[in-house]
Amino acid sequence: MKEIKIYERPKSWAKDVHTHYCPGCGHGITHRLICEIIDELGIQDDVIGTAPVGCAALMYDYFDIDFCEAAHGRAPALATGIKRTRPDKIVFTYQGDGDLASIGTAEIIHVANRGEKLTTIFINNAIYGMTGGQMAPTTLIGQKTTTSPFGRDPELAGYPMRMCELLATLETPGFITRVSVAKPKYIIEAKKAIKQAFVNQIEGKGYSFVEVLSNCPTNWGMTPVQAFEWTESAMIPHYPLGVYKNFE
Amino acid sequence: MARVLMKGTEAIAEAAIQAGCKYFFGYPITPQNEIPEYMSAKLPKIGGAYVQAESEVAAINMVMGGGATGTKIMTTSSSPGISLMSEGISYIAGCEIPAVIVNVMRGGPGLGGILPSQADYMQATKGGGNGDYRLLVLAPSTLQEAVELTQMAFDLAQQYRNPVMILADGFMGQMMEAVEIKEHISENLPPREPWALGCMRDRGGKRAILKSLYLNPEDLERHNIELQKKYREMEKEVRFEAYRCDGAEILLCAFGTTARIARSAINNLRNEGIKVGMLRPITLYPFPKEKIRELATGLKGVLVVEMNMGQMVEDVEAAVCGKAPVSFFGHAGGIAPSVKEIEEQIRAVL
Repeated sequence: MKEIKIYERPKSWAKDVHTHYCPGCGHGITHRLICEIIDELGIQDDVIGTAPVGCAALMYDYFDIDFCEAAHGRAPALATGIKRTRPDKIVFTYQGDGDLASIGTAEIIHVANRGEKLTTIFINNAIYGMTGGQMAPTTLIGQKTTTSPFGRDPELAGYPMRMCELLATLETPGFITRVSVAKPKYIIEAKKAIKQAFVNQIEGKGYSFVEVLSNCPTNWGMTPVQAFEWTESAMIPHYPLGVYKNFE
Repeated sequence: MARVLMKGTEAIAEAAIQAGCKYFFGYPITPQNEIPEYMSAKLPKIGGAYVQAESEVAAINMVMGGGATGTKIMTTSSSPGISLMSEGISYIAGCEIPAVIVNVMRGGPGLGGILPSQADYMQATKGGGNGDYRLLVLAPSTLQEAVELTQMAFDLAQQYRNPVMILADGFMGQMMEAVEIKEHISENLPPREPWALGCMRDRGGKRAILKSLYLNPEDLERHNIELQKKYREMEKEVRFEAYRCDGAEILLCAFGTTARIARSAINNLRNEGIKVGMLRPITLYPFPKEKIRELATGLKGVLVVEMNMGQMVEDVEAAVCGKAPVSFFGHAGGIAPSVKEIEEQIRAVL
């Protein structure tokens, strides 16, 4: 019988490491997608990642590529410095919702507005994961967190921020899209979008931003299955999937 | 290049370019705006890049990214801007990334004013950001020295993989003086390939991870011990000028523009037969403590003169170590001590 390999660990995944992510977390899925794309594009020696502050702070341990840590929210500025001095390299940022949509709002808006030739992967799971489940700018109305114990009240905390829609208002051309990793069908679409975001950079097109609706079963107080279901039933209606801008 | 009359800020910018700096990330703030203006006009013409950041917070992180690729990189700002950069400076130091940061100091605290000051001595020499880290801090007293220290700063940053700060008071930035700016070729610097981002091919496929995060306490302590070793090694970079110290009975300690003013006071009093000299630290970190102790021992007094409320006094007192009485005279708010005032202070010590 002929052996056919149908699944293997990506080459750009560091050897003999296991992630620290909770069962059912979307980071692992998204990390794997990025690694697969790095392999498919053959850019392992030419890609440079910037790690956020948040649950993915240790992501450099899992990728067998060059990496630099960023201060909380500052990855887009850090990546700007890397890319401007090494325009021959492929540079990406990977940020969570507290990092990108709260403390790093200035940096994310201006990196997009300058049209830096960078790729951003934005993990939106509507909560601060690493610090233990506090309210994020993307926390849904009524969602209970450790700092919105009665549910997010828009009178006190405003409404959940839609970063794709906000960035799409900028005149500078870019690629802005929202995907999810809550179901296999979404994961296939997510991979296509992330790959496009890297290809855009290789082609020197400009700034690409992929928001990934992810999940946090631990801090949502759900099982992984319930969390995937909640992403679909609660998050996607507030954060519609789709392409918001594509270099038009 | 022949000697030309230049403004301090522009001289610093041109010196950086002549030292091989092709990338500048900054944000406007008075009194150093001529540097980003100069860079924005020059760098695109030499294949480099000027990026006007959205804030000093972003500017310093761009510097971190540029430095992380092993590229000669600079940002400049003034006091409140440096406060905003302090987070990034701590990360740059923690990740051991080379960078040159120029602070053209204005008065504080808070928004303070836009006139010259030396009120960021503590911030520059003691940290400013979080954690146990040190910058190499260079304080020019003439524009020619500002040119030379700026060029040297790039080499020191690469050599120690550490941020280096040029601590210039507002006078250094805004005055004009004749300077000669030569092309500066760095020699014998360690190569970037073993550690920098973007050199994975040169390392035969081995990745580089630049980070300051060590969650295991033993690892973080080890990292700190290694940093401290480096800072001890940096002590050999100590630089100072001993001015008319022969037979001095009184020693002045001053840096930057204040030292220039003090020089006139010393010359006047020496003409009267008053034996006074000056130790001018050129490196504020490392601080020339041994030299100060040597010179101060047994003197009638040590007078510290600054354009602040006495920030260097603690370091001078620690250096003098009780071997002579230490006093202080200074102005804040953008007022420079006058020659006459310094003379009076010296007479008071006698």
